[in-house]
Amino acid sequence: MFAGIDIGSLFTKAVVLKDGEIAGLSRISSRTDPKRGCEQALEEAVTKAGCNNVNIKCIVATGYGRRSCSFADKNVTELTCHATGAYYLNPNIRTIIDIGGQDSKVIKLDGKGNMADFMMNDKCAAGTGRFLEVMAQALEIGLDSMGEVSLTSDAPCSLSSTCTVFAETEVISLIASGADKEDIVAGLHMSIAKRVGSMVKSLGLQKEVAFTGGVAKNSGVKAAFEEFLGTKFANIDEDPQIIGALGAALVASKS
Amino acid sequence: MEGEREMWEALGIDLKRNDEFLEAAGKIYGDVYMKQSNRPKGMDFFDFVMSEVHSIRPKEMVDHRKKGGKVVGTFCVYVPDEIVFAANGISVGLCCGSDFSFSDADDILPANLCPLIKSGMGFKKGMLSPYFEACDFLVGETTCDGKKKAYEILDNFYMPTYIMEVPHKKDLEQRKLWLKEVELFKEKMEKEAGVEITAEALGEKIKLINARRKALQRLYNLRKNSPPPISGKDALLVSQIAFYDDPERFTSKVNELCNELDERVKNGEGVMEPTSPRIMVSGCPMVVPNWKLHNIVETSGAIVVCEETCTGTRYFDTPCVDETPTDIKGQLEAIADRYLNIKCSCFTPNDDRVEQIVEYAKEYKAEGVIYYTLQFCLAYNVEYEKVKRALNKEGIPLIKIETDYSQEDIGQLRTRVEGFLERIASNNEL
Repeated sequence: MFAGIDIGSLFTKAVVLKDGEIAGLSRISSRTDPKRGCEQALEEAVTKAGCNNVNIKCIVATGYGRRSCSFADKNVTELTCHATGAYYLNPNIRTIIDIGGQDSKVIKLDGKGNMADFMMNDKCAAGTGRFLEVMAQALEIGLDSMGEVSLTSDAPCSLSSTCTVFAETEVISLIASGADKEDIVAGLHMSIAKRVGSMVKSLGLQKEVAFTGGVAKNSGVKAAFEEFLGTKFANIDEDPQIIGALGAALVASKS
Repeated sequence: MEGEREMWEALGIDLKRNDEFLEAAGKIYGDVYMKQSNRPKGMDFFDFVMSEVHSIRPKEMVDHRKKGGKVVGTFCVYVPDEIVFAANGISVGLCCGSDFSFSDADDILPANLCPLIKSGMGFKKGMLSPYFEACDFLVGETTCDGKKKAYEILDNFYMPTYIMEVPHKKDLEQRKLWLKEVELFKEKMEKEAGVEITAEALGEKIKLINARRKALQRLYNLRKNSPPPISGKDALLVSQIAFYDDPERFTSKVNELCNELDERVKNGEGVMEPTSPRIMVSGCPMVVPNWKLHNIVETSGAIVVCEETCTGTRYFDTPCVDETPTDIKGQLEAIADRYLNIKCSCFTPNDDRVEQIVEYAKEYKAEGVIYYTLQFCLAYNVEYEKVKRALNKEGIPLIKIETDYSQEDIGQLRTRVEGFLERIASNNEL
């Protein structure tokens, strides 16, 4: 048995692999105590897999908090882990868009599932899960309902700022000017798609394209990407938020 | 050093902030440099220079002025040191490598300006650096718009600043302009120093500065070996110190270091495993105490084998100044030609630089290139696209890192560097 733990800025995810199959997975909020978060996440995934810790041969930690996971055998970046995880679920995937809590990245794969190139946004919350959280608060709607709400819009607002702080100001003035919420949300989603989509274009769009990370759960952002890039996302039959942890477990099983 | 506080006081240095800065820089130095294993013994001298960074060299500058010599502060690899030294002067590259001084410049400079300019302006305005304060005047150049305008502010309000106009093309007309600038600079130095620069003196100083170039070339050539006998961090430090240490002493210390490295190479001894990925860094200057990127790379299991930067090959790699002319006119032409050959991104077109990066990547057997740009450094940032296409064509992996002097983005940068190394490793497995 092998385990992968993905310590993100907002959530810690764990996956336990048994005979090459996902046997257990978990997701724990890790805002305040990433160390405790990774212990809990592993415990929960192990319990779900119906086994105990001693059976695990190798643990790989990934994500921005990978170095804080003291019991991991190895640290690997989330770039490699997302590539490995997505390729395992669908070997036709050549491009991955991953948007997590505090960063967004685009990863290009070669035909064997190796990472061929990547780009990440820098030092800034623009176009990330945190960006959407701030906007949901400003609009007083639930984060989980943003996708659905935006899909009802037929005239998305145009937002010029991708900076979280400036975009929030822009959203507040749009609310004040009487714009419909669904149009504002749709506009926000398009601004993410344009920002991250330009990284995809810079690396060269290659199909199939997968969308992973917590923000991939937002159907509105997904639709905005599909419109901006002119292509549909490939199917991955797994929670997009656990792809990094899955990849980490797969890396563990190979080493 | 004994008497350092009196010297700082006499120079008008803000003593409290100076203490804070030296403490902070000393701590960074300890973390970055002293934890390396298997360092060459020859680095002891450079450690010593750093431990006395605000003391020994500034004292030499102060003493030089007491004896009637001139001290000139510079910011760029285009200012011909040969002319300064031939006029019985000393030139030093100035401090622009730390965000410690940002707060001193924030009120007079825009926020979206390159950290190098902000840092330098802050060190001067805040009276934080004995290097600035021990200078008679500064020599700026026109290699970027930000610096050009900042020099005006420096000159008008803080310290006399003389400007050399660096052309932005390399054709014959521009060469004429540059040669004229070199001649004018000679006149400026003569006037300031009250001496006439003779062909004999200039010839001697051309040899002095060429010797420094050759020593650095020797050091960099040694890094082409596998495993490299010296870390990237240490080599970077040597290049950085070249800008301000006494050229004669510096050259002899670098050659001593290289003798030791020769032995290491003979014995196949290196600072890292021969399998450690070899990384070349290309782009913007890294001024003391900016060791951020090198430290991330070398604490992630890789080694930096070359810097194609102003604090690297651009400083010394171009053919040395031709030593054959024996008259002033010929010597100034030789100087002008050598400096005009530097491949800075302020030139257009600048294909020479792109070709050189590809050549270096091959010569230094780099498995990947990190294109390093300082935030808001427009020319280097935009030129990336051409470098990218050229390296892609050669199948050499490349990543761009854009950053400033802050420590806040180290986590993100580490992820990107480690991801890049993982990418190189998976390439190698194929």
